Amino acid sequence: MTTILFIEQVLNGLQFGVMLFLMAAGLTLVFGVMGLINLAHGSLYMVGAFAAAAVAGATGSFLLALIAALAAAAAAGALVELLIIRRLYARDHLDQVLATFALILIFSEGTRWLFGSFPLYLDIPDYLSGPVTLPGGIHYPLYRLALIAAGLAVAAGLFLLISRTRLGIQIRAGESDREMIAALGVDISKLYTIVFALGAALAGLAGALVGAIQSVQVGMGEPVLILAFVVIVIGGIGSIKGALIGALMVGLTSTLGSIAMPALFRMFMDNSAASATGSAVSSMLIYILMAAVLVWRPKGLFGGAV
Amino acid sequence: MKLKSLIAAASLAALGTAAMAEGPVKVGMITTLSGGGAGLGIDVRDGFMLAAKMAGNDNLSVVIEDDQRKPEIAVQLADKMIQSDKVDVLTGIIWSNLAMAVVPAATAQGKFYLSPNAGPSALAGKGCDKNYFNVAWQNDNLHEAAGGYANSAGFKNSFILAPNYPAGQDALTGYKRLYKGGLAGEVFTQLGQKDYASEIAQIRASGADSVFFFLPGGMGISFLKQYADSGLDLPVVGPAFSFDQGILQAVGDAAMGVKNTSQWNKDIDNAANAAFVTAFQAEYGRLPSLYASQGYDTANLLLSAMAKADVGDADAFRAALMAADFDSVRGDFKFSANHHPIQDIYVREVIKEGDVYTNKIIGTALEDHSNVYVDECKM
Repeated sequence: MTTILFIEQVLNGLQFGVMLFLMAAGLTLVFGVMGLINLAHGSLYMVGAFAAAAVAGATGSFLLALIAALAAAAAAGALVELLIIRRLYARDHLDQVLATFALILIFSEGTRWLFGSFPLYLDIPDYLSGPVTLPGGIHYPLYRLALIAAGLAVAAGLFLLISRTRLGIQIRAGESDREMIAALGVDISKLYTIVFALGAALAGLAGALVGAIQSVQVGMGEPVLILAFVVIVIGGIGSIKGALIGALMVGLTSTLGSIAMPALFRMFMDNSAASATGSAVSSMLIYILMAAVLVWRPKGLFGGAV
Repeated sequence: MKLKSLIAAASLAALGTAAMAEGPVKVGMITTLSGGGAGLGIDVRDGFMLAAKMAGNDNLSVVIEDDQRKPEIAVQLADKMIQSDKVDVLTGIIWSNLAMAVVPAATAQGKFYLSPNAGPSALAGKGCDKNYFNVAWQNDNLHEAAGGYANSAGFKNSFILAPNYPAGQDALTGYKRLYKGGLAGEVFTQLGQKDYASEIAQIRASGADSVFFFLPGGMGISFLKQYADSGLDLPVVGPAFSFDQGILQAVGDAAMGVKNTSQWNKDIDNAANAAFVTAFQAEYGRLPSLYASQGYDTANLLLSAMAKADVGDADAFRAALMAADFDSVRGDFKFSANHHPIQDIYVREVIKEGDVYTNKIIGTALEDHSNVYVDECKM
């Protein structure tokens, strides 16, 4: 592997990682603060992408599309929290899984009913399209660099929100002792709605940003959801820092693994067989990583409170 | 979601053709109508029902059920249709893994199965059956055509990629079967993968002169958009599955000019095809895809057999199907000994007509092409 290819793959891994972080951040916050397993988080990712595609189609503005994605996903999140999720906090995890799984089906078929079965069109804006040349002669798509920057900016903003603001204090307090902050006079149900909507908005943003280089279609959220769960288990449930580190680890492992493994098997197998075997092994790598982290730290890298 | 509908192909204007000596035929259609792959199933269903409606044959009735792209659901539906609906003919399955789960059991019970899409090699070779007919293609066909086109386009060093599952492995095997050049790289991606940055970087580093890919549905949309944005401008070729009418609008400009191989296109010049394209647009308000054309041909094949024989006489009905005495929208069409099409496969180019992205035929990749599994099939 040449150095250029390696650096390009590291950038790809970073970009994949920060997008996973946007998904995982909401999931881990909701689990950390409310103790809720939300399988429908992937549907909010889909809602964001569809809202962006619809608005981009109508107005032609990518920025408006992103705002629409944030707003639509946050509104969908808040609505779902008020109507359904609120009744699930006191139930056990199995009930939550069942109800949020039902939400996946409702969101999927609802979206199909509204937008049809065929994938929608959402493209990169002109000012971010095409490759740029980085030092060292690496051609890299500008949009992916923008994704890395956007993801890191959101991560920084989230850290400031959690560590520097009153809302952040309440969220952290909610994670460590729910009853106590309710007893101290914090409107806990309002806090839950805000946290849920915030998580939903981040998922919607990820859906819109990634939708521009992938396909916007029904069911797009579920594969990402599985990876996001891997991320929060690695990072430690409830930890934003853990989600970031976990997301970057998963992104880099997945991307570098997909070229390293076939290359490894090619040393002692013929080309086709090595590609097939290497691809199969590389798709297992993140789960092996998760298992290894759990053996070393059963509560994840930064877990402990839960 | 459980879509359940019993649709009798009602006729308003049966143009002159008086009732022939034929009994009623009940068709069970199992296809994908919900979830991510629904676009394909809906097109097959719409094409099939359009042909039924145009024929106005009261003797044809159709039960349609949604398999949700899940093999276990497809098996349950097939059992129900055979046992309680008492269907004579099954059809509709899109995906090869579902076909493998349903077809052998259905044909073993003496039912006819007409495949409007999936054509796994197992059902063409050792697992072939006298009651199984594929009206679309054998899975390898369009990839073989892409390999044939690559030779004529002068590609010497292709980078090839497909998802790591049976149809993906068949795709690369199919391409390599006729392609004579060397390989700059051969990569299996994950099924359902949406990010191809890593593969695109490998293509760039490999020194390839062309790219062949088989990435159906959303995977192809993602790959093409990311490929176009990467600044790479090597020629790309692939089977029609990533360029059908349903998904081209979602790919947009990134697909312009890409060559793809297909057994059908809307500009094939024959009367049956012209009538089909016009009627489909009038009925559904969109352009037909190749899947719709396959559904339409499947229904017309069935109708042609109904006109000749009673489905109760299995041997006569099978012979009537084998004769393929219908006007295919593809033009010439006949069955090989293992009940798969012998047909021309074309090279198409993605163009833009007004605001709509669509395909135009630019040449013929393979003429009267059959499949390599004929000799393995012992009926």
